[in-house]
Amino acid sequence: MIFANLLGRLNWHALPQDAITRGGAAMIVLVGVGAVVALTVTHKWKWLWKEWLTAQDPKKIGVMYIAVATLMLLRGAADALMMRAQQATSVGSSQGILDSYHFQQVFSAHGTIMIFFVAMGFMFGLINLVLPLQIGARDVAFPFLNSTSFWLFASGMGLVNLSLLLGEFSAAGWLAYPPLSELQYSPGVGVDYWIWALQIAGVGSLLSGVNFLVTILKMRAPGMTLMKMPMFAWSVLASMSLVAFAFPILTVTLTLLALDRTLGMHFFTAGMGGNAMMYVNLIWAWGHPEVYILVLPAFGIYSEIVATFSRKKLFGYASMVWAIWAIVLLSFTVWLHHFFTMGAGANVNAFFGITTGIIAIPTGVKIFNWLFTMYRGRIKFTTPMLWFMGFVVIFTIGGVAGVMMSVPAIDYQVHNSLFLVAHFHMMIVGGVVFGYLGGFTYWFPKIFGFRLNERLGRYAFWCWSIGFVLAFTPLYILGLMGATRRLDHYDASLGWQPLFIVAGIGALLVGAGIAFQILQLAVSIWQRDQRRDLTGDPWNGRTLEWSVPSPAPVYNFSTIPVVYERDPFWVVKRMGAPRQKHYEDILLPKNTGAGVWIAGFAFAVGFGMVWHIFWLAIIGLLGVVTSIIVRACDEDTEYVMTAAEVEKHENALARRRQTV
Amino acid sequence: MKKHLKIWLGILLTVLAAVLTAWCLRGHTVSVLQPAGQIGHKERNLIAFTAGLSLVVVVPVLTMLGYFAWHYREDNKRAKYSPELEGNAIAETIWWLIPTVLLVVIGVITWRSSYALDPFKPLSSTKKALHVQVVALDWKWLFIYPGQNVASVNVAAVPVGMPVDFEITSDTVMSSFWAPQLGGQMYAMPGMSTHLNLMADKAGSYDGVAANISGKGFSGMRFTIKAVSDAAFNSWVNTTHHAPHSLDVASYAALSKPSKNNKPEFYGSVDSGLYDTIMTKYMMPTQTNIPHEHGTEPTGGTTP
Repeated sequence: MIFANLLGRLNWHALPQDAITRGGAAMIVLVGVGAVVALTVTHKWKWLWKEWLTAQDPKKIGVMYIAVATLMLLRGAADALMMRAQQATSVGSSQGILDSYHFQQVFSAHGTIMIFFVAMGFMFGLINLVLPLQIGARDVAFPFLNSTSFWLFASGMGLVNLSLLLGEFSAAGWLAYPPLSELQYSPGVGVDYWIWALQIAGVGSLLSGVNFLVTILKMRAPGMTLMKMPMFAWSVLASMSLVAFAFPILTVTLTLLALDRTLGMHFFTAGMGGNAMMYVNLIWAWGHPEVYILVLPAFGIYSEIVATFSRKKLFGYASMVWAIWAIVLLSFTVWLHHFFTMGAGANVNAFFGITTGIIAIPTGVKIFNWLFTMYRGRIKFTTPMLWFMGFVVIFTIGGVAGVMMSVPAIDYQVHNSLFLVAHFHMMIVGGVVFGYLGGFTYWFPKIFGFRLNERLGRYAFWCWSIGFVLAFTPLYILGLMGATRRLDHYDASLGWQPLFIVAGIGALLVGAGIAFQILQLAVSIWQRDQRRDLTGDPWNGRTLEWSVPSPAPVYNFSTIPVVYERDPFWVVKRMGAPRQKHYEDILLPKNTGAGVWIAGFAFAVGFGMVWHIFWLAIIGLLGVVTSIIVRACDEDTEYVMTAAEVEKHENALARRRQTV
Repeated sequence: MKKHLKIWLGILLTVLAAVLTAWCLRGHTVSVLQPAGQIGHKERNLIAFTAGLSLVVVVPVLTMLGYFAWHYREDNKRAKYSPELEGNAIAETIWWLIPTVLLVVIGVITWRSSYALDPFKPLSSTKKALHVQVVALDWKWLFIYPGQNVASVNVAAVPVGMPVDFEITSDTVMSSFWAPQLGGQMYAMPGMSTHLNLMADKAGSYDGVAANISGKGFSGMRFTIKAVSDAAFNSWVNTTHHAPHSLDVASYAALSKPSKNNKPEFYGSVDSGLYDTIMTKYMMPTQTNIPHEHGTEPTGGTTP
C-alpha cells in the first residue's frame, strides 16, 4: 500500500502493451544496453565523462547537440513512416497498422520531437560549433550555462523517449490544445510527459538564447562592428532575441496547463471559467516566433554558403540585415493566423492576414539577394550549394501556399487540412532542415578535420529532394479534396488512397536520403585520412572560422584577430597579412559535471510530476537548487593555458601541415 | 550530352507524374476546387487569383535560379566574374518594391474578402435564412432545426438557394465544422457559439468533416449535407417529424455519450432551448469535471 503510494500513478500497467510500442521500447533498451556494454568493455566511461559529458568547449557541446538531434531525427522519421503506412493502408474495411489512439500518439510525438529535439537541437548545435569562431571569440559568454542548457535539452529528450517505455505519450497533437489536453479528456500520463519534456528543454533553450545574445553583443573580435558581422551571426542574434522574448511565453503557458492538470485549476478547462481560446492564443504567441527562431539561422547559413561557393561577396548585406529584423518584428504580430477559424471578427482576421502577408516582403528580398550573390559569381556546386538551391525551389513554392493561406477567406477552406500540412513541411524541411544539413556539411571539416564524402552527399540530397516533393505534393491535392490532417482512417469511396500511397513512397525516398547521410558519415570517417583538411580552409572561405586550423583548437584563436572589413579572412587572403608570432596566456573554463547534475535533478522533477511521485519531484527540485548553489560557490572554474603551451600546440599543428 | 539526358528525364518524369495524378483523381471530387455553394465559389476564385498572382514572383525566381546556376558555373570562363560586387541600390530598391506592390494588392484583397466572406455575416437573399444549430459531440455532429422542431445526427438537409445560418458549439472538446464544397469551416467550442453562413447552389450530397482533432473517434466524425429542393426539404422535415424518438434531456444525455462512426439518426421533436442549455452549462459555476472515457486505456494508471 505504502509502496503503491510511493510510486504515485506508476505500476506494472505502464509497461508497453502492444507489439509496435514494445518494438520501439525494445529498440531504445537495446541501444541503451549496447552503449553501456560497449563503454564498459572498452573502458571508455572515464573518457566519455571527462572529454565529453562534462565538456565546456562549445564545439564539443555542439557535437553533442547534433548527435542527440540525429538520433531524434531517426525517431521522428520512424514516426513519419508509421503515419504514412497507416494512411496508405487504413482505408475502407482495413484499419491499418495502428489503432486511432496509438496513431494520435505517433503524430503528436512526431511533431514534438521534430521541432523541439531535432530542429532546435540541430540549430543550437550549429550555433555552438560556429558562432564563437565566426565572431573571433574563444568561447561563449557563459560556458557553464551553455553546458547546462545542453543537458536540460537532453533531459527533456530523455523524458519524451521514456514515454515509450513507461506509460504513453500525449495524443493531443504537438501543441496539445485544451480542453482535449485537460485531465477530463486526457487522463493518462501522456500530456504530462509532453508538458514536462517541453518545460525542461524550453528552459534550456531560453538560457541558450540569453547566452548567445550576450556572446554576440559582448565578445566580438576587436574591429568587428555589428555591420561587419558575418550574416550567420546576424541571423543568430535575431533568432536568439526571439528566443528571449518567446520562450518565457511557452514556460508560462505550460505551467498553467500543468496547474490545471495537477492541481485541478481551471485556466483552460471547458467549464468553471476556464478559457481554452486563451491557451491557443498563448501557445501561438510562442509558436509563431518559434518558426522564425528556427528558420533565421538557416537563412544565415544559406548566406554563408551562397557567398562562399559563388566566390563573391554577399549581395545586399545591409538589406539582408534589415530584412532579418523586419521578420523578427513581424513574427510577433501574426500569431492569430493559426486560428482564423476561431470566429474573431472580420477586422481582426483581416489585420492578422495582412501582417502575415507582409512577412513575404523581407523574405522575398532575401531570396533576390541570394540569387544576385550567384550573379557574376564562379559557382562551385558542392553539396552545401545543392541544399541551398533545393531550398530556393521548395521554399518559394511553399511560400506561395503560405501567402495564399494568409488570406482568411482562403484559410477557411484549407485550415487544418493536409494542404496546410504540406505547406508547413515545405517551409520547415525545405527552409530549416535543408539549411542545417547544408551547414553541417559546410562546417564539418572545421570541427572534425576532414571533409564529408561529396558523392554520397549528393545522393542524399537528391533522395531528400525528390522524395520530399513526392511526399508532399499529393498532400496539397488531398487537402483540396477535403482531407483533414491527423486522420487514422477514411472511406475508400473518397479516392484518396493512391495519393497517400505516392506520399508513402516519397517518405521512403526521404528515408533513403537519411540512410545515405548516415552512410556518408560512416564512409567519410573510414576514409578520413584521405579527406583531411590540412589547410583549415577547405572551401576557400571568407569568414574568421576558416582562418584557424581544422579541427579548430580548443582555444579557437591563438591570437585574437583584428577585423577591418566584412569577410575578414577573404580580405586577409587577398591582401596578405603579417603572421602573428606573439602568443599570450589563455584562460579556459574547466570541465564540470554540474550541468549534468542540474539536468539530472530536473529530469527527476519531470518524472515525479508526470507520475505524481511528489517526493521525487521535491527531491529533484532541492537537487537542482543545491547543485546551482554548490556550483556558484566553486571559485576554481578556470585554468590557464600558458603562452608557451599555446605556442607548442600551434607549432605542432604547423609541422603537421608541412609534413603533407 | 549526359546533362541534357538528365534534364529530359526530369521533364518526362514530371509529365508522367501529372498524368498519373490526373488518373488518380478521375471520378473523384476535389472539393475545394469544385464548390457547390456561393461562398465556396468565391473562395475558389480567391485561391485561383492569389495562386496566379504569385507566379509573378515564382517564375522569375526559379528562372533566375536556373539561369544563374547554369551561366555562372565554375567552368564557364566566358561568364563575367565580379567578386567585389556587393550590392546595387537600384536593384535592391526594385526587389523591395516588387513584393511590396504585390502585397498591397493581396492586402486589399485580404481586407475586402475578410468582410465579404465573414462567416458570421448573414447572406443576402430574397429567402429567409434557415437556422440550423450544430453541436459537436464525441464523435458525431448533432443538427437541431429550431424552426422546424426536428433534429438529426451526422446528416443535415438544406434547401438549394436558401441561406443557411449554422450556429455552432461543442459539448465536448474543441472541434471544427468544415463543409468544403459549400465553403469554409468554423471552430466548435464548448461554452461558445460561432456562426457559419453558407448557401448551396445546386442539389447534391456534400461531405462534411471534423477538421480538428478531438480524440479517439475523430476520423469517423463525418457528416453529409444534403442540398435539396424546397419541396424535398419540406417532405424531409415531415418524414423526420415521424421519427420515433424525440430529443429531450434524457435522450440527449444518451446521445452525448462517446461513440464512434455513428450512422445518421433522426429526432421527431426537440426540447426547446436545448442548444442554449448545452452552451450555457459551461458558464455555470457548478459544472464539475466528470472523468471521461475519452482518454486512455489504463496504461497510465488510474484517474484521480
